[in-house]
Amino acid sequence: MGAVPRAGRAPALGRMPGLPGAAYLLVLLAAGFMAAAPEFASARNLSNIGLQAAALLIVSLGMTLVILTEGIDLSLGAVLGLSGVVMSVLLVSDGLALPWALAAALLVGVVAGSVNGGFIAYAGLPPFIVTLGTYGMAQSLAMVLTSGNSVTGLPASVRWLNEGEWLGLPVPVLAVAAVFVVTYVLLYHTRFGRYVFAIGGNRRALELSGVPVRAYLVAVYAYAGFLAALASFIMTARMNAAHPTIAIGLEFDAIAAVVLGGTSFDKGRGGIWGTVVGALTVALLRNGLNLIGLSTEWQVAVVGLVIVSAVAVDALRSRA
Amino acid sequence: MIAAVQRLPAEVAFVVFTRAAVVAALVILLAFASPHFLTSDNLVIILRQAALQFLMSAGLTLVVLTGGIDLSIGAVLGLSACLGAALIAKGLVAAGIAAALLVGLACGLVNGALVAYVGIPAFIATYGMLWMAHGLGYVFMKGEVIHGFAPGFRSLGAGFVAAIPVPVLIAAGLLAVLHVVLHLTRFGRALYAIGGNPVTARLTGMPVKRYLVAVYGLSGVLAAFAGLVVIARVNAADSGTGEELLLTAIAAVCLGGTSLFGGVGGIAGTAVGALILALVVNGMNMLGIATFWQAFAMGAIVILAVLADVSFKRRFS
Repeated sequence: MGAVPRAGRAPALGRMPGLPGAAYLLVLLAAGFMAAAPEFASARNLSNIGLQAAALLIVSLGMTLVILTEGIDLSLGAVLGLSGVVMSVLLVSDGLALPWALAAALLVGVVAGSVNGGFIAYAGLPPFIVTLGTYGMAQSLAMVLTSGNSVTGLPASVRWLNEGEWLGLPVPVLAVAAVFVVTYVLLYHTRFGRYVFAIGGNRRALELSGVPVRAYLVAVYAYAGFLAALASFIMTARMNAAHPTIAIGLEFDAIAAVVLGGTSFDKGRGGIWGTVVGALTVALLRNGLNLIGLSTEWQVAVVGLVIVSAVAVDALRSRA
Repeated sequence: MIAAVQRLPAEVAFVVFTRAAVVAALVILLAFASPHFLTSDNLVIILRQAALQFLMSAGLTLVVLTGGIDLSIGAVLGLSACLGAALIAKGLVAAGIAAALLVGLACGLVNGALVAYVGIPAFIATYGMLWMAHGLGYVFMKGEVIHGFAPGFRSLGAGFVAAIPVPVLIAAGLLAVLHVVLHLTRFGRALYAIGGNPVTARLTGMPVKRYLVAVYGLSGVLAAFAGLVVIARVNAADSGTGEELLLTAIAAVCLGGTSLFGGVGGIAGTAVGALILALVVNGMNMLGIATFWQAFAMGAIVILAVLADVSFKRRFS
């Protein structure tokens, strides 16, 4: 319980609850990759890492809130895929205007998240089971909508979501910054945020003091679904196509990012600064492994190892 | 030794009644919906499908009884089947089978050690293992498919003994063995006790940690074994083998009335759950529903089955 931040007080940079282990890993990895592959530190590659990290970061921020409540959302990758498919099908087959298609995709994310949250909060089902179930359902719907194929021929306006600039900054970077600021304010400056930490710390006490914990839990999962849909814009724009399975496994990278960032699976310990470092570490790890010629398949195995090690270190440390 | 947690009589009746009703309803519905459903050919198909499904869900049932979960079974099944297949295709059948089972055992033991000794939540430890096994499987196969096994090995999945498919016989044997292990051995009773209340189990002097490692190890071995039967049946293995099995395996366990919260349930229920799933999949095929919908059905079944479990508990206890 001791690590639950005092209600309403935001950790400033200097007062962060210790640097997450990922910060050291990040520096270590960067140094290693720079030595192994000279092109790693090039401006072009670094901006590549940033762009690759954008979708992951957005999903990871939602995942952080979920994990802070001692939950998990295994459906986020599938929900991202479904949102991207819905948006693309509406644009290509139905000729809908971009804003409406984007709104529909966001709605898909919010509905999926609310379904997750509803079963978890009101029916008391274990989060990993509910979200594994909705993972299957979202993936299946995306397959049905596309017959398992990619949706191509998107209007040119979509590409702006990835390539566009505003005030000299790339749109994905701005999107990440906006999501971070909103999440930061939600988490550290609102009642909602205080309850997110408290649900993970001591849900029972919160319920007894009359807080509508269930409604807040639904909101947490809905927000995570909303962010997954938002991330689907960037991903769809980058690929210039939507594919039902495009983001399967992204939830896994997001969990890695959150865990590396020092958010713990119990007692509501952690926060979103750590997640940013964690997501950059995962993106950098994948990029670096790519540059030194390790295939995607190896990357998957390595990231799996990283997750388990990070959680193991956390478990051993909290026991000590 | 403390008595294992027993279901309330009302709960047993509820589980047995609802599952029997579901099977009966499915059979009647499908018999009316398709003239091909009640043919002996189709019944063989259903039974074999149910048997394969049971083999994949059996180890998971034991893990779930302890209040844990093993999300890695599909990936471990795929990895061990691929490694085994590489040897079996070269004619080294016994070595291939041994290698597959050993790989499954190793993955399972690592899961068990992480859960029991390091104290990582089961769903996270096994989720990490899912991706490690998955990645290694892909690395090993490089997108290739291994096919063409010796007839002797293939009979493991595709053969018949007196008109009964071999997988059905294997499943029946495994069901009998695991039922006896669960109900008549100290280890089996301990699984219920650990799921019911791990602290009490430890205080009564049970080697809880060693039993947990053993049960995850068993889950890995059984996943590998199921993988061997699956590749024998389809006569091919690729790195995607087993990928879709996780959700259906969990669905079979939940449908069988084993509680995800641990301590109650049994292996016979999982056999019934596997039969229900086989009927559902067969029915969807009979009715011409696109296979894309199957994952949707599995997801919905998992959630509904757990929902039924939870709401029953809330009402009657």
